[in-house]
Amino acid sequence: MTRYLLALAWTAAGLLPLPAQAADKVKIGFISTLSGPSAALGIDIRDAFLLSVKLNGGKLGGLPAEVIVGDDQFKPDVGRQLAEKNIKLDKVDFLTGFVFSNIMLASVPVAFENKVIYVSPNAAPSPLAGKQCNPYFFAASWPNDAYHEAAGQYATTKGYQAVYMLAPNYQAGKDSLEGFKRFYKGRVAGEVYTQLGQLDYSAELAQVRAAKPEAVYIFLPGGMGVNFIKQFVAAGLSKDIQLITPGFSSDQDIIRAVGDPMLGIFDAAHWALDLDNAANKKFVAEFEKEYKRLPTVYASQGYDTALLIDSAVREVKGRIENTEGVRMALKSAKFQSVRGPFRFNRNQYPIQNYYLRVVGKDSQGRLVNRTMGTIFKDRGDAYVQECPMK
Amino acid sequence: MSWILIVEQALNGLQFGLMLFLLAAGLTLVFGIMDMINLAHGSLYMLGAFLAATLVQATGSFAAGVLLAIPATAILGMLLEVSVLRTLYSRDHLSQVLATFALILIFNEAVRIVWGPDMPLPMPAALSGPVQLLPGMYYPAYRLLIIGVGAAVAALLYLLVARTRIGMLVRAGASNREMALAMGVNIPWLFTLLFGVGAGLCAVAGALLGPLLAVQVGMGENILILAFVVIVIGGIGSIRGALVGSLLVGIVDTIGRAFLPILFGLFFQPRVASAAGPAIASVLVYLLMAVVLYIKPQGLFPARG
Repeated sequence: MTRYLLALAWTAAGLLPLPAQAADKVKIGFISTLSGPSAALGIDIRDAFLLSVKLNGGKLGGLPAEVIVGDDQFKPDVGRQLAEKNIKLDKVDFLTGFVFSNIMLASVPVAFENKVIYVSPNAAPSPLAGKQCNPYFFAASWPNDAYHEAAGQYATTKGYQAVYMLAPNYQAGKDSLEGFKRFYKGRVAGEVYTQLGQLDYSAELAQVRAAKPEAVYIFLPGGMGVNFIKQFVAAGLSKDIQLITPGFSSDQDIIRAVGDPMLGIFDAAHWALDLDNAANKKFVAEFEKEYKRLPTVYASQGYDTALLIDSAVREVKGRIENTEGVRMALKSAKFQSVRGPFRFNRNQYPIQNYYLRVVGKDSQGRLVNRTMGTIFKDRGDAYVQECPMK
Repeated sequence: MSWILIVEQALNGLQFGLMLFLLAAGLTLVFGIMDMINLAHGSLYMLGAFLAATLVQATGSFAAGVLLAIPATAILGMLLEVSVLRTLYSRDHLSQVLATFALILIFNEAVRIVWGPDMPLPMPAALSGPVQLLPGMYYPAYRLLIIGVGAAVAALLYLLVARTRIGMLVRAGASNREMALAMGVNIPWLFTLLFGVGAGLCAVAGALLGPLLAVQVGMGENILILAFVVIVIGGIGSIRGALVGSLLVGIVDTIGRAFLPILFGLFFQPRVASAAGPAIASVLVYLLMAVVLYIKPQGLFPARG
């Protein structure tokens, strides 16, 4: 009889709402592209994210952090499987990590359906900023076309009258040049779409030479950009024509692959190695100490993502099962970003500055990006009006 | 559109065509004489580039590194022929395709294990700028070097095949293998040698293109498809066919990429032209192949009568 009563009491206790209690740890599902030709980007994000947790004493927001790292192998289906495993089996509190929009878009619906928050350390496609904005999606990076818009604005400010543009012949390529043209007011000297994955640009470079533009803007991610820049300089075009790229196309990883021909390239990005704030100085120094290389924009985003999650968990005092509370805390973004001023728009995309950078040599003679000025101050994105979220 | 632009694009087409020839020459001889489809030919191109990158780094000299990479790749090619490919000659084409496709996967992973996904192979500093060919016309010095080396190798190969005893045996093998065997030609030895030459030519192409493109795992697959297009256009087994086919493909591809969008721009709306130009240019080479096959099903210069 006593046993029966006891069981009943236990059951009743189980049914009663418990006072909200802090969880004993925070679980992060980190899925990124960590193998294959594009692995360097994912590795940079992962390394910086783990560094941030490590510098925090292995904790996020005061709770011990468990980061479950998965490799999507650059395949959307693998990314989706890992996301399902992370959410249904590991029961993670946050999901993060994806580099590429296509893999992320295939995988995050699992998080949205299960009300798990996804904090993006890189991909931030336009649809999720506009009509399809989602309460469980936070972009800790920059909207996909922000760099192109900033580069276009720079070309306008600089007074260029003829800019030649190149991008691969696929959707992101066309979007990027649209973004550039949104703010570039001069004449388009040429708009050329090349094959995705093209490695030799001799024919295109001859056209550029004949068109005699003042500047060339390229959106050629990864190996395409490496080859284009090498061949552009070898053809002697860099003497008369200014090359402008989005920030990720002339970052530390590309500099390592190309070397000296990078000197003097202008680019636009939301972060730079030499940004003068305490958080950034600590990040750059610690990253170099830990990994013996200079961080890229990708690394800065991975680091910031961890700082953002840390701030939100701290804000809700560890009560991470209260998803709505965590959302509000994330939205308030009470952390010192390495990029300087940072806040969220109502579509949960960032409002931040974009800087003009140029590839030059630092005091130790290394090739790095140096900040030349601010292109946009407190810039959001072009899609926020379409977002129904308040 | 000025004549300078046309000359420059023609040089670009020539450069691309000559590099394709180095790959297609080995492929067409192996296919024509041994009747063997070797998909792993692109892997030898990749191996040549990786070996060149390593040797350039080790010796500190671009020329020495590239010159050492050629015999090294040739030896690797001969070892491959003796150990694996030899057993495939008597099999049908499907078995050869399957086995050599497996070789591609094995080589890609092996290179990834030994070297990692890519290797830096910088351009020699002296050749990294442009040179003035004519008043107002600049061309990258390094691409001129490629044209020079490509043309020299093509001439050497022609002399080797057309004027030497070995070349005679090769031609005999290409036009009638059974008869050549019956006349007492040591075919196994000839095949191994031929394979080594083919591998060496791959190394030349890989090492020279490395600084312009990228030395990376899987670099052989894309270019291999074009090499097959070349030998089908030129006629399987024919060196002359491979040369003409390579130059045709190189020039058609370059001209298509350069001038089709302009041509389309004259007749269509800019939006249509910018979409259709690149799309048509990328299939132009295959259209060329279709037209050649329609008119001459054996290719332009069939080796067998």
